This record gives sequence, C-alpha cells and structure tokens, in this order.
Amino acid sequence: MSHTFSIGIGGAAGQGVATPGDIFAKIFSRRGLHLNAYNAYQSIIRGGHTFLTIRAGVDPVTNMGDSMDLLIPLNQDTMDRHLRLLGPGGACLYNSDSIKPGELADGVQLCALPVSTLADISRNKVAQNTLAIGAALSMMGIGFQFLEDVIREQFGRKAPAVADENIAVARAGYDYATQNFQAFARPLPRTDHQYAVLSGNTALAMGGAAAGVKFYSAYPMSPSTGVLHWFASHGRKAGIMVRQVEDEIGVVNMAIGAAHAGVRAMCATSGGGFALMSEALGLAAMAEIPIVVIDCQRAGPSTGVPTKTEQGDLWQMLGAAFGDYPRAIAAPLDIGDCFTLIPEIFNVVDKFQVPGLVLCDLLLSEGRLSVDPAVLNFAPPVDRGEMIIAPNGHTEGGYKRYKITESGVSPRAIPGIPGYTHVVASDEHDEDGVLISDMYTNHARRRAMMEKRMRKEQGIAAAVPPPVLQGPTDADVTLIGWGSTQGVLSEARAQLAEQGITANQVQIRWLVPLHGDAILDLLRNAKRTIIVENNYSGQFARYLRSETSFVADGHIRKYDGEPFMPHHIVEAVREQLAGEATLSVPGHEIMV
Amino acid sequence: MATIVEGPKPLTMADLKGRVDPDWCPGCGDYGVLAAVQKALVELQIPNHQVVTVSGIGCSSNFPGFIETYGMHTLHGRALPVATGLKMANHELTVLVTGGDGDGLGIGGNHLTHTMRRNVDLTYIIMDNQIYGLTTGQTSPTSRLGMKTKSTPFGNVEGPINPITMALAAGATFIARGFSGDQKHLTDLIVQAIRHKGFSFLDVFSPCVTYNKDNTFQWFRPRLKKLEDDAAYDSTDWLAAMEKSTLWGEEIPIGKFYERTDLPSLDQAEPVLQDGPMVGRAAHIDPALARSFVEELM
Repeated sequence: MSHTFSIGIGGAAGQGVATPGDIFAKIFSRRGLHLNAYNAYQSIIRGGHTFLTIRAGVDPVTNMGDSMDLLIPLNQDTMDRHLRLLGPGGACLYNSDSIKPGELADGVQLCALPVSTLADISRNKVAQNTLAIGAALSMMGIGFQFLEDVIREQFGRKAPAVADENIAVARAGYDYATQNFQAFARPLPRTDHQYAVLSGNTALAMGGAAAGVKFYSAYPMSPSTGVLHWFASHGRKAGIMVRQVEDEIGVVNMAIGAAHAGVRAMCATSGGGFALMSEALGLAAMAEIPIVVIDCQRAGPSTGVPTKTEQGDLWQMLGAAFGDYPRAIAAPLDIGDCFTLIPEIFNVVDKFQVPGLVLCDLLLSEGRLSVDPAVLNFAPPVDRGEMIIAPNGHTEGGYKRYKITESGVSPRAIPGIPGYTHVVASDEHDEDGVLISDMYTNHARRRAMMEKRMRKEQGIAAAVPPPVLQGPTDADVTLIGWGSTQGVLSEARAQLAEQGITANQVQIRWLVPLHGDAILDLLRNAKRTIIVENNYSGQFARYLRSETSFVADGHIRKYDGEPFMPHHIVEAVREQLAGEATLSVPGHEIMV
Repeated sequence: MATIVEGPKPLTMADLKGRVDPDWCPGCGDYGVLAAVQKALVELQIPNHQVVTVSGIGCSSNFPGFIETYGMHTLHGRALPVATGLKMANHELTVLVTGGDGDGLGIGGNHLTHTMRRNVDLTYIIMDNQIYGLTTGQTSPTSRLGMKTKSTPFGNVEGPINPITMALAAGATFIARGFSGDQKHLTDLIVQAIRHKGFSFLDVFSPCVTYNKDNTFQWFRPRLKKLEDDAAYDSTDWLAAMEKSTLWGEEIPIGKFYERTDLPSLDQAEPVLQDGPMVGRAAHIDPALARSFVEELM
C-alpha cells in the first residue's frame, strides 16, 4: 500500500474532538484521498479520554494503521498518553499555554502554539482546536482556501459571524505554522476522485433504504444507535416508517408484524438487545416471515464495554432461539460492505422466508471510511420471492400458507387479499396453518413440516457465494478471518510480504451457510493456517471445527476492546512461524 | 336493458366460522367472546379478508385459529408489538388482538402500557379468567389476594392489578369491561371498540371453568352492574372513570368506562402515512433523493 498520513486528536469528551475530525475528513475526501477514521472513547458524555485517529492516502485505507504522523493533544492527558507513539518525521501540535510536552523520540517536531496570544480565548472556547487545524493544514501543504470553505459550510448558514471568527482563528494558526514550523516532508497528494465518507451505521441504514426497507424499528443501544439516527432523520423524506420501541423484544416483534403485512422490515441492536430478540427469531422462522436483524457487536458479556469493539456474538447468533430453524448470517467485511450486504441478505431472506442476521461490530459501525459513491447503489436488484399480493385465482381447494414443496418455500399471501385468509402460527402447524401442537400431536406431520422448513437450508447455500482465497496460492501462511478484520489482515499481508513472508487470506462473509467444503478446499494445501479474531475463545475457530473438523495451526486473538493494528498481526505471525507460540494475544499500546 | 349488478355478499356468521372447532374446555368463557367477536364483525360488515386477528400464547390465544379471518398466532406476551407493526405497515386492515390476562398483563405488560400511550388503532380484548389455564392453574396478575392456586397453595400473598385503572392511567382512548356471559352487551362493546379510531381496550371476564373456582359465572352474575344503566355516568369524564374503575366486590361495573375521540391514532399522527399505507410502495426510493443522501457525505 502506498504512503499514508495519520492524525491523532485526543481530549476529554466534550472538548470538541469530533469537529476537527469532521473537518480533516472532509478536506481529505475533497482532495480525492481515501481515509479511515476510528474513535476510541468511553461511555460518558463529559470527561474521560477520547482519541480519534484519521488516516488518509491515495489508495484505499482499510484500517487505522500502526503509526501516527501528527498528534493534536487537546489536554495534558492526551499528550502524556500518546506523544511516545510519534516516530521520526512526526509532529505534535499543542497549546503551549496549558500543555507540557514529555519525552519524545528523535526526529519528532514539537510545535508549540501560544494560543492566548494568537486568539482571544475568552471569546472562542475552542480556539486551540481551530488554531491547530489551521497549523496542521499549513504543515501538510494544503491551501487555506480548502479549510475556509469547510468552516464556512460548517457554520455558514446559521451564523456567518461565527464562521468569520473561526476562519480568522484558523488563519492565525495557519500563518503561525507557515512561519514557525517545518512542513511535513511529503505534502498530502491530490487526486481527481471524489469519495463519500460514512460510518458503518450510516452505511447499514442507507443499505436498508436501498434494499427497499419500509419499516425500521429500534431501541437505542451503542454502538448500533447511528442506524436509528440515520433512519430518523431521513426516513420521512424516503417514505420509510421509523419506530422507537419500548424494548428490543417489542422492536423485533413489530418488525415481524410489519414484514407479515408485506413490507421489508429491519432492526439493529447490539449483543444485549439481540439477546432479548432471540425468541422472536424463532417466531420469524416458524411463521416463515422474513426479517433482517443487525447486531453491532460490542465487548461483552453483559453490559460489558459499551464503547469498545469485539467479535464476541457469533455463538449467540448461531444459537439464537431454541429449536432448529433455517437462518442466514453474514458479517460485512468493511463499511462499504455494510451498505451492499443489506440488499443482498434481504433478497435471500425474502426468497426463503427466514430471518437474516447481520453480524457487524463497533469497529465498522462507528468507524468512518471513504467509499466510492458508485458502491452506494440505491437501485440494487430486489427479489421479494414468492409473494401473493393480489388474488391470482389459484385457491381451489383452499390456499395453503405452508404448502409442502420441494424447496421448502411456500408462496406467501399478505393479509388483505380476498380468498387467502389463513393463520400464521408460532405453534407447530399443518400446511394450512392449523395448529397441530395443541389438539392432537401428529408426529408424521410435525416431521414433514420440520423437514419442509429445513430444506430451505440447501437453497440458501446455493444462493450465496463461497469464500475465495485472496493473495498468492502458494504462501508461507494462510490467515483466516471473518467480517471486519478483512482490511487489517490484507495490510498485514502486505507488510509480511515486505519482510519476505508470503501470506494469503480467507475472509468469511457468509457465516451461515458456511460452505465448509469450499473452505476445506481452499485450506487443503495451506502450509500454515492462523485464525484471527477479536474475541477470547476463538468463536470462529470453534465454529469452523464443529462444521468441518478443521483445526488451525495457530490463533491470533484480541479481546481488550480495541481493534487489531497491522503490526499486531505481523508480529504474531512471525512469532508463530518461529515456533514460539500457537496462540498470540497482542497487547494494545494506545492507552485509551 | 337493465343489468343486475350483484354486490358483494353480506358477511355471515358462517363465513367467520373457523376451520377447526375451539379446543377450549366445555363451558369455557372464551366461547362467548369468540361468538361476540363474530357477531360484531357481522354487524359491522367488515369483509373477513380485511381483518387480522393477532394473539399471543395461552388458552384464549388460540382464538385466531377459530375464526375465519387473517390470523397471527405469535409469542407469549408479544401480540401487541406484532399487531402494531402490522397495523403501521397496512393501516387499512382492521386489527383485533386477543389473549389472556397472563399474556397481556403479565409477560406482555410492558408492551400493553406503551401500546396504550401510542394510541395505536387496535382493538385489544383480554379474556380475563384470573388464572393461568393452559399451564394448569397458577396465579395470574388478576388473581385475587388470598386465592389458592397450584403456585399459591396456601393463598396468594400478592394483590391483583386493576386493568381498567391501568388503562386509564396509560392513556388508552377507549376502555370497557365486558362479560362473556352477556352476549348482547359484549357484542355491542366490541362493535364500539372496533369503530373507535385509536387504542380500544376491553377487559372481558371470561371464567375458567376448570381452574378458577372463585370467579365463576355464578359469582359474577349478581355483582355486575352496567354503566349504561346509570344515566348520570359520563364516559368522557376521566376522573369519573377512575373512580368507577376502583369498584370491586359486591358491585363490579361493566360497560364503557371511558372514551375520548379528540386524539389522533398513531397512523393518523404518523406523517409518513399521509401518502397511504406502507405496503405496496415501490422498493426503490426516488433517484434524485438517493443522490442527495450520498452527496451529504461528500
């Protein structure tokens, strides 16, 4: 991957870390640069420590990276925690009125901003932030006009005077840096591309809108709440009903009711809310009502670490609700995929009338990524499956909602059509919906209905693609990951290649159906296999073993709440190739 | 030449007869509720394909199987959110929700409170037998203090919930109490409840002949006093309704406690429904609008 530039901005919650982050992101994307942003924070509204990393480059930036070029500490705490992460060529822009630098590596430039002499701090509470943004732009070799435009957009319409004042402060920082600080060795390049910058939550919501979701229900829960916010602010214009419900049990049951009426219905939550939803997934499967439920995973168990990432809900999803039933489970590979996966999984769940589960995580949900606008396709194929939405004359002998078919799928009539009245049922039922559990239990019919539903699994397996091998076929090591680790693993492979170690990658997107045979084919000639995942117990490793009997040579796991950085993978792979370990648990160096 | 146009055939009781006969115990109060619902639909002449009956789980929740309308047999306590989703996706349907006191006031109590405050245009009938029947006779949220059941063999030490008081406090806009043993009166209440635009709550005494030996048909009959017989009672007066709702013992009021018609139901209040029901809308949103959503991010 080509050169990237990384900025870290840190402070207490409420000090205004987000605004400089938004401004940098906007400027980078307008210069045609790719970017990736990750915010490490805690579950408080004021105080604590928030640290935002924005990394930009000409090529797609798939993860937060390993190093930092520019640190902007908004308080002493941030300076103390992060200064040592800067390497040669790096710079730290700080308010010298209130913050003292600590020990730093050779070749790091300390850029002291005398904030109170450059701006009237009694008038402008965030003067240090604005000065630092201005100074940073000068050091990156970006013309001031870019910043002026963005600031004007930020405040312009509401308060032109506030915009003018902030532009003046930014200009002071810009000029001061031009005179006093050394510019970065490589000015930030420019391309003609234009990217959209969005969070995974926005992507999931927009993907839903693109899929034709007409009903979205939710209960606020970090880190999934952004999905609700997008729908709440855009749903009315887009003709999408949005409901905030009393609890996640109500959320999923409302979605089921809406889906039964005939619309595409979706909901999102995190692990705790998903636990409350699980009984209803069984209802959706039993009554054969298609819905999509998103779980944006955070570190568990219980309330756990609400603002930290983890891939710890896989077995919860695999085991959600009692009894056997067909389902589809997929994990998006990056923020762009959060968008594209939703129309895809809706087509699967509509066709097979099953619940579809999306296993996202905080890293994607709350991270930001530059995405080619062409990826955000609002006219994807929509296949509603076998739905009866008007009388079609085929009801002689009575309409059978759960007609036994070879595919296991029975044409679904929505309520309101003359001649198709029927009951959808939570209890086991016969082909016509009549309950067979209470009045008389008929083992032959129970078996036939069970087999009818489970036959859908074969159709679902044929409808979704198996994983592929990324990278050279003949590699020293094969990395196996699932969902959000796609980006960091691919960058780790590139770094390993620079160190003379060839690596390829199998990244799992569809967890159910798993395509076990296809995975075994990919792994058959692997020299050394390592499964990488953001959890303690190796949930995917255990799942893969249970489905295929495949046992990997080694494991890299992380469950400290923070995502993998590429060097974590590289160092662990080297350690394992040297025979020093079969389980590596990288430590996280940025203390947040 | 005159053409005789044949209009739709009027709905009859036979049209509403379910595919299977109810599996309730002989003498169960729920038979009376089923008959009253069928009679109300005949009186209102709502075509049965435009009606959805949604239930939770329990003896009374098998109701949708015994009436020929669209039906949903859902999870224990979850009928109301399912019905809300259904109604909001297609508000042209008439949605009836049926279930027991355990289903609605116990496991589903949270949903009941919120469905009431939202004023969702549903008709919710609790077949209140003051006992858990399908699990063979345990105490329920409406079982009286001291009642001996299988789960309270030495007498219930918890007091009951008052569904009418609760509904008044939670903001239901139509609140009534009926009795399975008085068909005419109950049918009339159900007709009014379905006609009411907003959340209609009907607590119906529907005695369990197998497990509740305290609150029997015979116990109820002499105690029930119709609110309609009291000329001075004003069912638009919330405070008067509150006072009446607390009566229990020698005199138990039935009839319409309260109705207000000045509040919009949720479908009326929801701006996104101004263009008609959600169901049947085009999957893809307007391309210009979609473009503006992407441009916001650039």
